[in-house]
Amino acid sequence: MATSSDTTTESKAITKRPKNLAKRKDANKWGYFFVAPFFIFFLIFNFYPMFYTIYLSFTDLAGWATEANFVGFQNFERLYNNELFRRSVFNTTILWLVNFFPQIILAFILAYWFTNRRMNLKATGFFKSMFYLPNIITAASVALIFSSLFSYPRGPLNLIMMDWGLISSPIDFFRSVIGTRLIVSFIQFWMWYGQTTIVLQAGILGIDENLFDAARVDGATDWQSFTKITMPLMKPITLYVLVTSLIGGLQIFDIPYLLTGGGPAQSVETMMIFIYKQAFQGGRNLNVASTASVFLLIMTSILSLFIFNSFRDKKARKSVKGVK
Amino acid sequence: MYETGNPKTVKAQRTLIYVFFALLTLLSIIPFWVVIVNATRSAPEIQQGLSLIPSDSAWSNWTHLRDQGFNIFQGYGNSFFIAASATILSLYFSSLTAYAFIVYEFKGKKLIWGIILLLIMIPTQVSIIGFYKFMANMDLLNNYIPLILPSVASAPTVFFMKQYLETIYHPALVDSARVDGASEIFIFHRIILPLMRPALATMAIFSFIASWNNFLLPLILINDRSMYTLPMLVQLLTTDGYKTEYGAMYMGITLSVVPLLFLYAFLSRYIIGGVTAGSIKQ
Repeated sequence: MATSSDTTTESKAITKRPKNLAKRKDANKWGYFFVAPFFIFFLIFNFYPMFYTIYLSFTDLAGWATEANFVGFQNFERLYNNELFRRSVFNTTILWLVNFFPQIILAFILAYWFTNRRMNLKATGFFKSMFYLPNIITAASVALIFSSLFSYPRGPLNLIMMDWGLISSPIDFFRSVIGTRLIVSFIQFWMWYGQTTIVLQAGILGIDENLFDAARVDGATDWQSFTKITMPLMKPITLYVLVTSLIGGLQIFDIPYLLTGGGPAQSVETMMIFIYKQAFQGGRNLNVASTASVFLLIMTSILSLFIFNSFRDKKARKSVKGVK
Repeated sequence: MYETGNPKTVKAQRTLIYVFFALLTLLSIIPFWVVIVNATRSAPEIQQGLSLIPSDSAWSNWTHLRDQGFNIFQGYGNSFFIAASATILSLYFSSLTAYAFIVYEFKGKKLIWGIILLLIMIPTQVSIIGFYKFMANMDLLNNYIPLILPSVASAPTVFFMKQYLETIYHPALVDSARVDGASEIFIFHRIILPLMRPALATMAIFSFIASWNNFLLPLILINDRSMYTLPMLVQLLTTDGYKTEYGAMYMGITLSVVPLLFLYAFLSRYIIGGVTAGSIKQ
């Protein structure tokens, strides 16, 4: 690959600035070659589909039609008036809220215990790996596991509750709106609290030890150091966890889709299920599905920019400190 | 002396915490355990009551499952092929991209880096309709290409690799090779890639699992039954054929989770380490 002309310019560069060889101007063109595959594949498989989706949201492409005609904002109006879509936005939000708040509270408590030096807990590595375990299992399989555990009338959970005399007759969980929503939220909680715990714990471990030592010398209790030092310093990480969880939560599909297909009474029909059903079932309304995707894209982008900015601010602040 | 608290209360608190941890551990394990045990029991046994002790119907459940056309080995093979190819592409090209960001100065660097940071946050699912239509236009439905090739541009992996390279890279590493006349790509292959082994191992696990577990994309792109991935096969278990054959259904779920449970038994330390280091949420 290295041609003879390459080597001659190289030796020239060496005589000029031997220390800065790695930043030689001549080698920099390789930056383009090395980034090119990423950039090209990004354009083809990421950038183009995104704009194609946006384009489709302004057309009438549906059914098995091959030609798409421009229809302006008609689809957006249709979507806005679509009762089912509005419900899917509501469902997605509810499912996220009910899973996230218990999750972050439990994760904080666990992270607090894991990092508490006075408790000095043993086997934390084992427990962490146990709490994280559900996260790596295929969501499709997890959905099937819970649909069979909660099944009616003789699913394992119904059987054991009857055995213990907790209930007199089996409960059909997936007939109940609240029951189904709680199960979906619980599965999300179950799959993600381990991950959140590890992230928060890593954040707490990143806090300067001296702060805690100083607080202890001043007679602060563990709880006081937690609320007065840990909590405020953990604000950026908590925000990060919140926004990434929300972005992930907006995409929720596998679990509710495989659990009940969105039912009963469309109670767990999320935005992604709405998009999937619009595009690939019944009338194959690719235009409506695209419009809903654009809505999702806008929501996600706003959230992403939010994180993006808070990171940039942090960097900017750091550099200001560096000048001082 | 610092305030250390009454040793007895600390001990009591510690015990309570351990009990709580044990309960959460059970919560993580029991759903899998019940399913695995039920995979070894007959349909009447399953209907009669819950048991945590395996029975002897595993083989008949398995034959039932096989007779329903549930070709698990084909599913393993398909999923493995896709996940392994996607992982290799993503690792190689992400390292290459990350390396370019660390070592070279070029125009548009900041712009591309900005794109990468944004891409980490925006899931590809939002453009799934355009992606599907594009692939349909290219006649790539029922083809693994759309499931594999996009991994060349995997923003979170690039991000992770760059973070790692920043900590180990030093210009002296490549300078001597350059003096010897080595080409840039040779330096990357022979000097940088081997140094990145720990980061490559971590990201290999995450990329592989993410691709292995992917459901929505194969669901919309693949129709041919013989090309089904594992999650798609799992989805078949919700169909009517299994409404009474509980044992066979549990066996199907079990076969879909056991490979991951095994993998986790050996690699959980690295996985937890990876989450701690990168906080990758997908």
